Amino acid sequence: MGQTITEKILSTHAGHDVKAGELTIVDVDSAMASDTTAPLALKAFKEMGGVKPWNPEKTIFVIDHAAPAPNERIANLHKQMREFAKRTHSILYDEGSGICHQIMVEEEHVKPGQLVIGADSHSVTYGALGAFSTGVGSTDLAAIMLTGKTWLKVPESIQIILNGKPNPGITAKDIILEIVGRIGLNGATYKSLEYSGTTLNTLSLGDRMTIANMAVEMGGKSGLFETTGLKLPYDFEPVLPDPDAEYSQSIIIDVSTIRPKIAKPHSPDNICDIDDVIGTKIDMAFIGTCTNGRLEDLQLASSIMKGKQLAPNVRMLITPASRNILNQAMADGTMNVLSEAGATFIPPGCGPCVGTHLGIPGNDDVILSTANRNFPGRMGNPNSNVFLASPAVVAASALTGVITDPKENK
Amino acid sequence: MVGNVHLYDIDNIDTDRIIPGKYTKTLDMSTFANHCLEDLDPDFKNKVQQGDILVGGWNFGCGSSREQAPIALKVSGISIVIARSFSRIFYRNAINIGLPILEIPEHNISNDSRLLIELESGKVVDGNTKYSSTPLPQIMIDILNAGGLVSYLKNHKTYSL
Repeated sequence: MGQTITEKILSTHAGHDVKAGELTIVDVDSAMASDTTAPLALKAFKEMGGVKPWNPEKTIFVIDHAAPAPNERIANLHKQMREFAKRTHSILYDEGSGICHQIMVEEEHVKPGQLVIGADSHSVTYGALGAFSTGVGSTDLAAIMLTGKTWLKVPESIQIILNGKPNPGITAKDIILEIVGRIGLNGATYKSLEYSGTTLNTLSLGDRMTIANMAVEMGGKSGLFETTGLKLPYDFEPVLPDPDAEYSQSIIIDVSTIRPKIAKPHSPDNICDIDDVIGTKIDMAFIGTCTNGRLEDLQLASSIMKGKQLAPNVRMLITPASRNILNQAMADGTMNVLSEAGATFIPPGCGPCVGTHLGIPGNDDVILSTANRNFPGRMGNPNSNVFLASPAVVAASALTGVITDPKENK
Repeated sequence: MVGNVHLYDIDNIDTDRIIPGKYTKTLDMSTFANHCLEDLDPDFKNKVQQGDILVGGWNFGCGSSREQAPIALKVSGISIVIARSFSRIFYRNAINIGLPILEIPEHNISNDSRLLIELESGKVVDGNTKYSSTPLPQIMIDILNAGGLVSYLKNHKTYSL
């Protein structure tokens, strides 16, 4: 019997062939922690007797969740991370560098076929590259820093075949919201999602990252793309499943039928077509996060908002996913267009997505966001209502003040 | 093991509801206890006592990878979490910090239940009803028996299956 991509990557990292259902110990190529998870990981690492990570060049810390520090308590946690990285020669990306997942990909800390573990649930994003990656908590991460290894149950895989070409105005976000709506919040628990199909030839790296990112919103252990159609600035071996690989389930989606999608409060799987909520009044529009804070997302928003102004009483926040993206958006005029339209730029990082600072909504505020989660209180106020959508929908709606189909805004 | 039950038979209780993101950036464990489950039940922190049992629905602990979620429950006094199912990361995190969890898909446990729990066998007795939990893999039993992953690795230096 052939192997899924998941089985192939876990086999090479276990040193012997493994099959879905087996427990195995694997070598980890890179380990990452953010300022939410690193402080507890460093504490656990010290308690384990750890002094220096197994491989400092593969141990990456990113200050992104509450950066720049909103208070002295968090400032001192950041300081601990800087001091540890300096002392052990581990890699640290300081405030303003960007969101950990964007940096891991941009700075090539993860490549096709690798196995990377991050102490952040959206570490599944690197599946975009055909890498096996998943999220763990702080103590599991500390154990990797100590041993260079972790234990995993080899997951079964759900095959998702994306066929056809999306209609104009339909983005990767609409595709993944469609998938989350079909599979549900718990439908892929303990499983990998493996993406293939003719649509892959039209999906950029950024599109794949948007889709892979939300695997965890279905409970998935990872969301892997085969590398067909993937273009990277370096050479790599293709990552493909065997033709006779065994899947627990196969789902075929014709993306040409997908309408703009919205996740209504308060769950990422509370999905509807935009038609069901068109006209809903919004108070805040938010473009950013590891799901949709890339240059192409900002450019899409700018193409819709060029020469126009935010609707009265709507505020708009934008967090580029990395400094690199911010710089490119400055250089090509994207930032100008958005700022002139009335948007507020927030330094690269997680921003208001995690509810720590930089844009906490008020009571009864309605937020239209490009993020991946809208659980109660996610953005810092349990009495606010967060809708999730694509950057095109968020930009079009910011101009009208109500949820708007981007097609109507041309 | 016997304790009072706090039943929240709600599906998809996510880590933001167990401990909101705005309270996670600290190493002061009392912060986690002060805000544990506050958006779900503001009275939880006043009701919970050392040794109590939390009972949840399907997909308990979904969402972020924050280990602060099981820590918040543990420092609040919760001695064991029972749920119909758990999210993958929460499941690992709970075991890693030495918080026992039992997956029991079908049950009629109520707030008035007085549960008798045998952790080793995963058996739960509620009056005349007996439940069996999904068995943990051996490595998780070893980690739990060591008191968590920190002690496990202090003793073993590396993983063994």
